[in-house]
Amino acid sequence: MMDSLRRAWNRCLAVFRRTPLDTDLGAEIASHLAAAIEENVRRGMGPEQARRQALVRFGGLTRAVEEHRDSRGLPALDVLCQDLRFTLRTLRRDRALAGVVILVLALGIGANVAVFSVVNTILLRPLPFREPNRLVWFAGNRGKGGLSDQTYTVSAFEEFQRHNRSFEDVTSYQTFFNSIQYKLVGRGDPLPIVGVQVAGNFFPMLGVTPLLGRFFTPEECRKGGRATALLSHQFWERQFGGDPSIVGRAITINASPADVAGPVTVVGVLPASFDFGSVFSPGMQVDFYVPAYMDFWRTWGNTVAVLGRLKPGVSTVQSQAEADILFPQLKASHRDWFSDYQSKISGLQDRVSGKLRRTLYVLWCAVGLILLIVCVNVSNMLLARAMSRGKEFALRTALGAARGRLVRQLMTESLALSGAGAALGLVLAWAITFYLARQNQMALPLLSTVRVDATALAWTVLVAISVGAAFGLAPAFRVSGGNFQESLKDGGAGMSQGRRHERLRSALVVSEVALACVLLVGAGLLLRSFVRLLDVDLGFEPAHVSAIQIEVNDGGDRARRGPILQEILQRVRAIPGIEAAGMTDMLPLDRNRSWGLVAKENVNDKNIEHGAFVYVVSPGYLESMGMRLRRGRDLSWHDRSDTQHAIIVNEAAAHREWPGQDPIGRLAYGPGRGEARVVGVVSDVRESSLEDHASVQMYIPITQFDPEGTELVVRTQLPISSVEPAVMSALRGLNPGQPHTQFRAIQGIVDHAVSPRRFLVVLVTSFAAFGLVLASLGIYGVISYSVSRQSQEIGIRMALGASAGRVQLGVIAQTLRLTLTGVAIGGAASFAVSRWIASLLFGTEPSDPLVFTLMMSLLGTVALLAGQIPARQASRIDPMAVLRGL
Amino acid sequence: MVLQTLAGLGPLHGYGIARRIEQTSGEEVLLNQGTIYASLVRLQQRGWIFAEWGVSDNNRKAKFYSITRQGRRQLAQDTAYWRRLNDLMGRMLAFPSEGAER
Repeated sequence: MMDSLRRAWNRCLAVFRRTPLDTDLGAEIASHLAAAIEENVRRGMGPEQARRQALVRFGGLTRAVEEHRDSRGLPALDVLCQDLRFTLRTLRRDRALAGVVILVLALGIGANVAVFSVVNTILLRPLPFREPNRLVWFAGNRGKGGLSDQTYTVSAFEEFQRHNRSFEDVTSYQTFFNSIQYKLVGRGDPLPIVGVQVAGNFFPMLGVTPLLGRFFTPEECRKGGRATALLSHQFWERQFGGDPSIVGRAITINASPADVAGPVTVVGVLPASFDFGSVFSPGMQVDFYVPAYMDFWRTWGNTVAVLGRLKPGVSTVQSQAEADILFPQLKASHRDWFSDYQSKISGLQDRVSGKLRRTLYVLWCAVGLILLIVCVNVSNMLLARAMSRGKEFALRTALGAARGRLVRQLMTESLALSGAGAALGLVLAWAITFYLARQNQMALPLLSTVRVDATALAWTVLVAISVGAAFGLAPAFRVSGGNFQESLKDGGAGMSQGRRHERLRSALVVSEVALACVLLVGAGLLLRSFVRLLDVDLGFEPAHVSAIQIEVNDGGDRARRGPILQEILQRVRAIPGIEAAGMTDMLPLDRNRSWGLVAKENVNDKNIEHGAFVYVVSPGYLESMGMRLRRGRDLSWHDRSDTQHAIIVNEAAAHREWPGQDPIGRLAYGPGRGEARVVGVVSDVRESSLEDHASVQMYIPITQFDPEGTELVVRTQLPISSVEPAVMSALRGLNPGQPHTQFRAIQGIVDHAVSPRRFLVVLVTSFAAFGLVLASLGIYGVISYSVSRQSQEIGIRMALGASAGRVQLGVIAQTLRLTLTGVAIGGAASFAVSRWIASLLFGTEPSDPLVFTLMMSLLGTVALLAGQIPARQASRIDPMAVLRGL
Repeated sequence: MVLQTLAGLGPLHGYGIARRIEQTSGEEVLLNQGTIYASLVRLQQRGWIFAEWGVSDNNRKAKFYSITRQGRRQLAQDTAYWRRLNDLMGRMLAFPSEGAER
């Protein structure tokens, strides 16, 4: 065993010591021969005969040297090196072709690796927690409705935590964390920061370990305990320069509503691998974590999101069964619960990426199609090259190269090409993932952790090898299988073989066109869906509107709030360029919260679902957002805390509560205690997503209800950065503690909402465009090759009187045949495939005739244009030149 | 054979080994002497023999091979194995066949 290892090692060494070893062997053989001659002379031979006899007994010199080399080194490696050297030499001769092949491969492989990295990060790789497959997510109300419906009260969470038997542990965090505005003070301008309130067992249950310090103690999680915080890794690096001594020190954080204020002790720093936003709230950067004081939130209704860790061996289905029994039981013993918390329990991974699964698989398939097209295309190019090298291979066969040796040579070439393509593609993939990981505006989970990792590298190697094999095999067998005698002869004797080659190439091109057709139709359908989506009536005008978080120092006093807000709005509206301004606590497509809304006359009707999204807004908000008031009036400053509650409802609410009637002046229950009078009706606003129809919404006066945070919304035609200083100074003039917040464009919020779809559309469309280019390249290659091969024939026909137009027509007919076959096959395939992406379409039928017609004719036109060039060349063939060449 | 030769005669150069094998076999084995070098390099890489340049009796530079300790061990093993096999085969062949007995 040891001996064999030592031999293997020595053989490897020998590869690198070729020259000294050969010299040594040469010297040894020389001394061998000298000794033999000497002995022969001693035996009485003449010098010449002695020498001859010695050589005879020695056997073939070259053979001895070769055998020596084979046994001391790695002959396979030697052959590989030889092939590689030869490959490089031949490729250098065909520099342009090699360049194009490598570039095409790089694009195909790069796109594949990048998409694989995304798919791997979001779907395949387990979540960055301990044993993530045991983590589950609880969605209240069977997973329907808004955030307020799907969350739990503190009491429901605690009771379930106490009584369940399926879970090792159950934890929660405060879902309305972005309703609380934190700011870091005492370090320059007050800095707005994002904090999340988590239950004490949140991090331990996920299995995260702190980078520095520790997690919260039970005392710190109780109201009145010492105020503590954990810092996220990126906040620690950004704000505190990664200084480890921050642990144990106090920082000053103010919050409104003020449950945290004053000095807060940093007890630890989380590892960089933990990114709350990327898992639980894509597109959001969390700066720090504080314990959620359950006693504080107990009276706030549904506010906590619940997740749990199953006991080993317990399935999600079993835990679902337990929850189905346990929650109603708990409800029976708690009369004050207003819901029985029918829950839907799903794996956490599913919750994070489940909705994206199909999107990503479609993307993966699209990129796979691209790779196929790339393979076919490269195969085609190499086939053409292999044919022009037919003579070379025939010569090598005649000189004794075995068929296997030739195939091996060609495969080495293909693998060298695919290796070079993969290397370049890896650079491309790295650039794409680098770019994607920095797109924190995109609502894709875990995107910030996308990178080309070891798995992706392994994938690259796999792809490179299979691609190399795929496009290399056809030419390799074609060439080596040929009749070399025929090839050795000059001229057109290899005609029949040429025709066979051409059939293969035509088949390749047809499949290329078909694949491109599928991609184009798919991209067309997605693109049309996207355009439809952008055309959706949002119910507001996002362009030229921006919002900024402001701090209002009203001490929670509704009577004082009115005049303060009125003053702020007055000053802001006075700024030149500002057309309208208003305030709200929540923006559409951003965050939401729901209460109940029921018409007074329906209050006893238990069959109606009463949920409604709530927006606490100021007068003028509707105008600044560009919402359309259908009937009645806007809220006014005269709706004060001491007057009757006023509400504005949307059309969906009017339809549900007062079908066929005029809701203006009607009374309703829902917001706050007592009745509220409907004063206006507005158009529906898409509040959760662009795809879904609007739910019931109500807008209630900020002077009568407490907002959860305040957003100042302004409409201006000027760039927002030019009015920002004026707005900020107006705000600081009234409240010096106003944190240094930034304007967010409402259009940006809309873009964020459509970003996953945009992501898909942009990628699939660019793949399709690439596919189109490749397909036309393929057509061009085949047609122009066939023209050049037939140039003699064409020349003769022209000499016999065929017109240039006639020749051109012939070539175009050939192109048309290939294209039409490809498009027909591709069209049929797209028809099947489009059904599969139906769930990703919006307002577009999977068999949308417009998309099919447009895309198929686009492909046909481009392909014909590609065939046009060789057709023109064919018609310019000079018959005289051809005849002379015969 | 190479190992046995070296074990018996001490350090030898390639030609010497080849000649020695031919002589021992009563010129029955007439090898292409050149092929000996491939076997030598294999044995050397396994660490069973060891080579160094030296000067032969008649003042000629030559590469001398000598057996190593490992080589001796291997030789002993192989010899024992070969003996056993030889023994066995001898006995098998000496055993009168069943048909002959009847």
